[in-house]
Amino acid sequence: MLLIRCPYCCEERSEMEFSCAGEGGIRRPEDPSDLSDAEWADYLHFRTNPKGLHREIWCHTAGCRRYFDVVRDTVTYAIHSTAPIGATTQVDEADG
Amino acid sequence: MSASRYSALALLRHALTRHRRWQPAWREPEPKRHYDVVIVGGGGHGLATAYYLAKNHGISNVAVVEKGWLGGGNTGRNTTIVRSNYLRDEAAQLYEFALKLWPGLSAELNFNVMFSARGVLNLGHTLQDMRDIERRVNANRLGGIDGEVLATARVQEMVPILNCSPNARYPILGASWQPSGGVARHDAVAWGFARGADALGVDLLQRTEVQGIRCGDGRVQGVETDRGFIGADKVACVTAGHSGVLAAMAGLRLPIESRPLQALVSEPLKPCLDTVVMSNAVHGYVSQSDKGDLVIGAGADGYNGYGQRGSFHVLAHALEAMCELFPSFSRVRMNRHWGGIVDICPDACPIIGETPVTGLYFNCGWGTGGFKATPGSGFVFADTLAHARPHPLAAPFALERFAKGALIDEHGAAGVAH
Repeated sequence: MLLIRCPYCCEERSEMEFSCAGEGGIRRPEDPSDLSDAEWADYLHFRTNPKGLHREIWCHTAGCRRYFDVVRDTVTYAIHSTAPIGATTQVDEADG
Repeated sequence: MSASRYSALALLRHALTRHRRWQPAWREPEPKRHYDVVIVGGGGHGLATAYYLAKNHGISNVAVVEKGWLGGGNTGRNTTIVRSNYLRDEAAQLYEFALKLWPGLSAELNFNVMFSARGVLNLGHTLQDMRDIERRVNANRLGGIDGEVLATARVQEMVPILNCSPNARYPILGASWQPSGGVARHDAVAWGFARGADALGVDLLQRTEVQGIRCGDGRVQGVETDRGFIGADKVACVTAGHSGVLAAMAGLRLPIESRPLQALVSEPLKPCLDTVVMSNAVHGYVSQSDKGDLVIGAGADGYNGYGQRGSFHVLAHALEAMCELFPSFSRVRMNRHWGGIVDICPDACPIIGETPVTGLYFNCGWGTGGFKATPGSGFVFADTLAHARPHPLAAPFALERFAKGALIDEHGAAGVAH
């Protein structure tokens, strides 16, 4: 069971209050019609899926219902940081 | 090279020498410098691929490279259910092809895989569940796959210990029934294919970890391992939850996320359940093994993880549902629980075929339900590798389907939530 600190509620809560919305840091292309099918598929479906530090977006579904950034280790499950949405720019930033 | 055949006569013969002359089921060879095909991952799918490459296509200059021991990953961690009642034609036909191989597999491999066609029930708890079941069973029957829609009374007759009361928390309105489905012994499947492949000349390299994939001029050249470089004309990655890690070694990304899926077994009980019961709505599935233990499957975690353990509340949810469905299970003690890392695609269907790197193939994305497909997956992947073009049943599962938008949506449509 993960304990996750919501950066808005400023409190550690059980993972059952949250839902993971997938990999973070993926920007919607400015003009999708400019993209090739392969580029659009890459944006929609392809993921880094790393074994180690992973940048994610979570939602405090049963709390404030707001989205936020998380950097989490996918092997140890340790949460390295949580921050308001968009505040995390790189995985390394949260390390240590 | 030739493994001695297992038979009643062999057992008798070895009994006379007090069983001291049994030979190991496979060799422990040193890696060669170069192979026609290197298969990364010694689970059921990888070993089946090696077996069919040698058996059907005469390609035996093949190595299976495994970082741990054979069948130590998801092959040894699943709930061993075999069925083919998927909704979409492409998926259902691939799983049906695999299902047809199961009854003959013990004879084919000269190894008892203990396949038991005890049938699979998928319960419906709501009107919408029943509509989905009708649709799926009709789609299956049009595709030549056996299936029936059963009413509550018939379900109760088949599984007397199931709580079919209309006042149940999860009322059972009916079920789909696939009589040709069932369970098999997961370890035996890996061992049978391993022994068969070894006898045909395939090198099984255990405790050999792939640390890199060497590519040049847009094509694959071999794999870097902790036992040195192994050259290969073709590299076939069959590494389930670690497919993303392997893809990254070749500079690729896949439309896959790796998550723990949990299962557990109880203490052994006297026979009480002679079929497989699955429920999509409450997300739990159960069968009783030949040893008597209940084998129960739970859901996948909602986030990525490589830790081979899952969230406790996911497990608790499955067990709460099991106790509602089978009130007599409420005091059964659980012996063990574990997680396996499953590779989930956006459409809950596998990826089979070549990547943008020439000669580099993947067979992955089987997600929460790969075990049932083991022989069929190996068969079509071996054919794809041997001829450097997709096997007709594998063609819809090429990586290109994501760019084409030709996804095969099996999420929730396959009778169990993924």
